Amino acid sequence: MDEVLMYIAFFALAGLTLLAGLAVVTMKNLLRSALALVVAFVGVAGIYLLLQAEFIAAVQVLLYVGAVMVLILFAIMLTSRLTDRQLRQFTGRWWLAASLALLLFIVLAMVIAPAIPGISFPLEASWRELPGASMPQDPIASLGEQLMTTYLLPFEVASVLLLVALVGAIVVAWPVRDRLPAVEEMERKVAEAKKRVEAAEEAEGAEWSAEDAEGSAEEAE
Amino acid sequence: MELLIQGLNDLLGQALPEWLVVLLGIAIVITFVLFFPPLVFMIMTWLLRRMLGRVADRFGANRVGIGPFNEKRTRQRWPLWGLMQPIADGVKMFTKEDIIPSKGDKWLHRIAPIAAIVPAFLVFAVIPIGKDLVAVDLNVGVLYIVAVSSLFSLALLVAGWSSNNKYSLLGALRTAVQMISYEVPMVLSLLIPVLFAGSLQLSKIIEGQEAWLGLRWYIFYFPVGTVAFVTFFIAALSELNQTPFDLPEADSEIVAGYQTEYSGMKFALFYMGEFVNMFLTCGLATILFLGGWQGPGVQLGGVLGYLFSVFWFFFKTFGMYCLLIWIRGTWPRLRVDQLMSFAWKRLVPITLGNVLVTGLLVILVELLL
Repeated sequence: MDEVLMYIAFFALAGLTLLAGLAVVTMKNLLRSALALVVAFVGVAGIYLLLQAEFIAAVQVLLYVGAVMVLILFAIMLTSRLTDRQLRQFTGRWWLAASLALLLFIVLAMVIAPAIPGISFPLEASWRELPGASMPQDPIASLGEQLMTTYLLPFEVASVLLLVALVGAIVVAWPVRDRLPAVEEMERKVAEAKKRVEAAEEAEGAEWSAEDAEGSAEEAE
Repeated sequence: MELLIQGLNDLLGQALPEWLVVLLGIAIVITFVLFFPPLVFMIMTWLLRRMLGRVADRFGANRVGIGPFNEKRTRQRWPLWGLMQPIADGVKMFTKEDIIPSKGDKWLHRIAPIAAIVPAFLVFAVIPIGKDLVAVDLNVGVLYIVAVSSLFSLALLVAGWSSNNKYSLLGALRTAVQMISYEVPMVLSLLIPVLFAGSLQLSKIIEGQEAWLGLRWYIFYFPVGTVAFVTFFIAALSELNQTPFDLPEADSEIVAGYQTEYSGMKFALFYMGEFVNMFLTCGLATILFLGGWQGPGVQLGGVLGYLFSVFWFFFKTFGMYCLLIWIRGTWPRLRVDQLMSFAWKRLVPITLGNVLVTGLLVILVELLL
């Protein structure tokens, strides 16, 4: 009974996650894509819950959905050009990306498949239980202890990474007083490039507005 | 909740097949989670209107009675103190026209109110409203509450954007900024009771405040517990978009913020989500700092003990809610720049230092005792 329920829950969550993922890469509207990503994140959190990793599930929702996605949505909403336009989701090289993704999927499947009972696979995977590995009495306490002892270095490296991002954001936003000559030279070049782009966009914009006029004329008919 | 299901098992175990008993147990929990929040919401709206009335030196909603207690039949001038007002409000909301902006995103406009109400109901599942009276006692309770209630801000963002209205969008953006900023000091303040209790589980945190007839609350752990309670309450006010942090729906600046383009039942859903969140946050403050359902009388045990525990939880929670209304009725609104500098330059350093000091104190006490 329990096992059947687990399977039902797993396939429902996996299906939800995959469908949402598909929606992320196919939706024409950037904001809807981002919202589909929210659904995918929640689905993954559900799978964590199935694996009895409540802490990771809660952190997944808190950080990815509650913080990261809100910031992404915030950025999208502030750039109104992105939300108003229908986006092209596929470039000419989509087949290359698709085949790479398929390759990754095959490799992952070959690694994971032997762990599923009833499936034998040519590759003998190196799945083994760590000595003394078992479900701890208090998973959260032991997780904290492990993070502060065995995995201290990765933990600290991750926080340094976040610090770098933070410093980077401040540097970008900091008002510049004494500029280096090289920076000034670069800024001059950027300004020139911007002018060129704007000129090109204006030319294009004229074409677009002509098209729009045609479209509305058609609609009127 | 567990006990109730156990009792049901004992009573009907012989008469009914096993699967039906299991289903009934699930049904009881779901019924509780579904029906309790709207009930609380009704009482809260009534209390808010009456108390704000008092603050503004007017009567507030006091006319609606029912059946024999209506205005004409009783000699009472204010039948039932207007307690039936929320039902009249509900009927009004149901019969209003549902307007969807023609240039907005129709689907997202429909989904947003639902996305706003679901997390509030989900959080209700882990709140213990009395001794053993909790639907699910998660071992990451505190974290779960913070994580799920952060989904609310997402719904507000979607609501603001899909309305295709500049005031809605401005309100949504203000909400996002405010919620992200104040989530940091709120979580850091939550850590203090967690450090005291040594667990993220709500039942363990309440257990830790059991001593002295259930009056050794974490707020009395001077100074760290008291400071944490104050910072938590300030950050929570902001998370709830309440005065003095009600910029996302500031009516004198941006009409009604994210909910400008909503009417009828959809507006009511946002309203309900807001109120249920208020109740949950007051309940969380009660659980973490004011001893939850602990209090004199609970030690009696038996049915009386349960009744006392439920009484204490609601007494403290509604006390917190009254404090919230009091602030709402008497405080002016902050400016956006004041809001941000207060969060990052004042609250975050205070709460960070508080966590550090509390950690040191907990270790010291452990070493000494």
